[in-house]
Amino acid sequence: MSDATVTGVPDASPARRDIGIKKRYAAERRFKAYGITAIAIGILFLIALLWSVFSKGYTAFWQTEIHVPITFSEQVLGTPQQAAESQTKLMMANYPQLAREGLVQLLGIDPDDKAAVSAASALISSGVRVQLRDIVLNDLSVIGQTQDVWLFGSSELDSALKGQYDLTVPENRRPISDLQLQYIDKLKSMGALEQRFNWGLFTFGASSRAETAGVGVAIIGSLYMMLIVLALALPIGVAASIYLEEFAPKNKFTDLIEVNINNLAAVPSIVFGLLGLAVFINWFGLPRSAALVGGLVLTLMTLPTIIIATRAALRAVPPSIRWAALGLGASKTQTVFQHVLPLAAPGILTGTIIGLAQALGETAPLLLIGMVAFVADYPASPMDPATALPVQIYMWANEAERAFVERTSGAIIILLGFLALMNLTAIFLRRRFERRW
Amino acid sequence: MSTFTIILAVLAIGLVGAVLGYRRSRAFAFADGPKLHSRPVYHASYVASWAVIPSLLLLSAWLIVSPIVVYSSVSTSFPEGVLAETSLTEDLAYGIVESIGDGLRVLPPEERSTITDSTPVADVSSMLRARGVPIASAAADWMVPLALQLNSMQATSRLLMTGAVILLALAGAFWGYRHIQPRLRARNSVEGVVRGALIVASSIAILTTIGIVFSMLFETIDFFSRISPAEFFFGTEWNPRFSGAGSDGSAGSFGFIPLLAGTLYIAGVAMLIAVPIGLFAAIYMAEYADNKTRSIVKPLLEVLAGIPTIVYGFFALITVGPFLRDLSAQIAGITTGSYTSFIQAQSVLTAGLVMAIMLIPFVSSLSDDIITSVPRSLRDGSLGLGATRSETIKKVILPAALPGIVSALLLTASRAIGETMIVVLAAGVAANLTINPFEAMTTITVKIVAQLTGDLEFNSPQTLVAFALGMTLFFLTLCLNIYALYIVRKYKEQYE
Repeated sequence: MSDATVTGVPDASPARRDIGIKKRYAAERRFKAYGITAIAIGILFLIALLWSVFSKGYTAFWQTEIHVPITFSEQVLGTPQQAAESQTKLMMANYPQLAREGLVQLLGIDPDDKAAVSAASALISSGVRVQLRDIVLNDLSVIGQTQDVWLFGSSELDSALKGQYDLTVPENRRPISDLQLQYIDKLKSMGALEQRFNWGLFTFGASSRAETAGVGVAIIGSLYMMLIVLALALPIGVAASIYLEEFAPKNKFTDLIEVNINNLAAVPSIVFGLLGLAVFINWFGLPRSAALVGGLVLTLMTLPTIIIATRAALRAVPPSIRWAALGLGASKTQTVFQHVLPLAAPGILTGTIIGLAQALGETAPLLLIGMVAFVADYPASPMDPATALPVQIYMWANEAERAFVERTSGAIIILLGFLALMNLTAIFLRRRFERRW
Repeated sequence: MSTFTIILAVLAIGLVGAVLGYRRSRAFAFADGPKLHSRPVYHASYVASWAVIPSLLLLSAWLIVSPIVVYSSVSTSFPEGVLAETSLTEDLAYGIVESIGDGLRVLPPEERSTITDSTPVADVSSMLRARGVPIASAAADWMVPLALQLNSMQATSRLLMTGAVILLALAGAFWGYRHIQPRLRARNSVEGVVRGALIVASSIAILTTIGIVFSMLFETIDFFSRISPAEFFFGTEWNPRFSGAGSDGSAGSFGFIPLLAGTLYIAGVAMLIAVPIGLFAAIYMAEYADNKTRSIVKPLLEVLAGIPTIVYGFFALITVGPFLRDLSAQIAGITTGSYTSFIQAQSVLTAGLVMAIMLIPFVSSLSDDIITSVPRSLRDGSLGLGATRSETIKKVILPAALPGIVSALLLTASRAIGETMIVVLAAGVAANLTINPFEAMTTITVKIVAQLTGDLEFNSPQTLVAFALGMTLFFLTLCLNIYALYIVRKYKEQYE
């Protein structure tokens, strides 16, 4: 090397040989820019997705309600004595009439002006039938009294107040009339109109009206299924992983199981729905739409996830633990169950939670086993017709009404909230209990 | 006793047996004489196993066999007319008999005792209707005695089963208890039982696959006996008419080609978008990003993987579809002057784009793992020879990681083909055969859902076709998965 500098021409510095270094560095920068762009696009998509859901959905947590003095008149409901004898009349009574009369009185509308009365009563949800009936059935003494009640506004009122309608278009082309807008302003100035927190979204079941539709029933259905998945997939998954990881000899049978598990993890979820339909419903005769069938199908779907996670956790336990236990005279089974398994538990738990989160968001197989049902009542047992949170979202997504778009987004926020909670728990557990050997 | 109570009783017997066994072996442990082979807890489990396992096996066998026995003995007394019909009518009649039988159990005893073999069915069904049990209008008088017979047979069977199972549990517990001796190798037996249970648990994966194949196989064969496979696999028209009352019985056409084309087209569009993005993201994260960036970006991309597909579907339906439609209207307006959108709200492009978003984290995390598993020495060698990072990646790392990346892409493709909720909401239901990505096409999964939701009639080709579609889908993805797994395995060995 030094020879070259000595023998070279000393005064004229050589022209640098063009080895394309600039070009190569430019290519390098371009390549790096591609990578950054790709990541930026991915994150942009994430933001767009979440923004789209949240901006449409956050309003679903508020529901417009009207504060109306309701006279529980005996003409409509019958006397308290009659009511105490037979509830049939109370069940069938014309509650919307009570609500209508209360609102008409509040707004000071002439009760004979049919058009005005019907415009006003369209502001109240038809869900008042149930709402007022529950008040009366809870406490018969309200009959004949006047009580201030917060009534659900109709979805049109709700959407109008949330600014979801374009009010500049001609009156006949929008769902809410000018007269109704006047009433809304009047109610607002009286302080009788309020956006209150929408507990109903969490407690109600399916309904054809947006204002009385909620995900409560669906959450219970999902809860049943998660419990079934947990009760079945966790023990079976852990047992299978223990066998494959700790006991199984290397042979064709074990190989077959391994290939099966890896393949099942990648089988489209809808195929599990077909399996559930053919085996659990047609052969075993389990009821359609039941949370039990949904839970079984999701169990089979979640098993591979749990098995793969559990095996990774078992493999992470160093062999020295096993040797120590065996050396002290423990049997193979004792070693695994008393030493390896407890050490692998955090990893297994994390994998299980992630598997459950996956199962919670799964929709397609549930559609095939008939969980696309209009379920308005809470399922009392896993054998009753039920629906699940993602299926409820699917059903609402098919509704055209503007108020349902909001509800759907609201339900998605709830679902994402559950998923985030589960995943954060998993991350927390991993951070808290992870051991590096 | 209900099945659940029987199980509880058996478990209780097992528990009592375990406690007794524990005490007996403890007594041996402290007595003079030979040393206890196993610890008392194993003797306890030994007794419990003897009590619980045989009796529960008997219980499940009984529960499977007895309905078959009852069915065959009841259905032999069906009138000639019904027996002459197809097995479907027979099943239907048996269903009605069963529901009458179920209904009778709901009745209070004093009303039930009024019903005899000769009670006309009209009386029975009116009585049942008053209790809120509807009975099919096809119920006939001869069904009442059969329902009574069915009920009595079921009651007898249940009584016998309860007795037999509980006796067996007691006998098992006694047998196990009698066997407890210091020299008894209880631990080995119990460990054998545990190992058996582990094997059973791991066989469930195989059983599931068998279940998938067979559940679809029978229905598929049934379907192909009505519609020829050639017509299915090579037909270009999809129009299964739902046969209603008064229809001419023609089944419609079941051409599979439009569905396959739609599936592959949408998956192809999705892959075309997702693969470059996912791959570049993975390369950047594996080769350029520092640890801090990595620890922020990786979880963010993985959030995309954790979002349920129904949410993507909704996003496509509400946001992406309308956005593309309006965008295309604007573009058309600027270029041609007429504001008509050329992209439909439900289109191949919408579904493909949204599916691509779902696939990005899939591609990126799979390829990330593969790229980072390329040995350090290859990287260092290339850099040491003066190659830039990007040259190292393009000329050394990617060729070395190629098999792994190919398998990752195959797995991604199999996921794209099997994806359901996005295409159900975003791709449309019309089975078009088109090459225009701005129009709606439909997929295999959409049609499976469409044929199987709503009222089902299990014997029409319209519902059976869903199983044929499912079978095809299963085999398509199976081939992709198996091939991908095979490559992964081979590739793993290469660097280990």
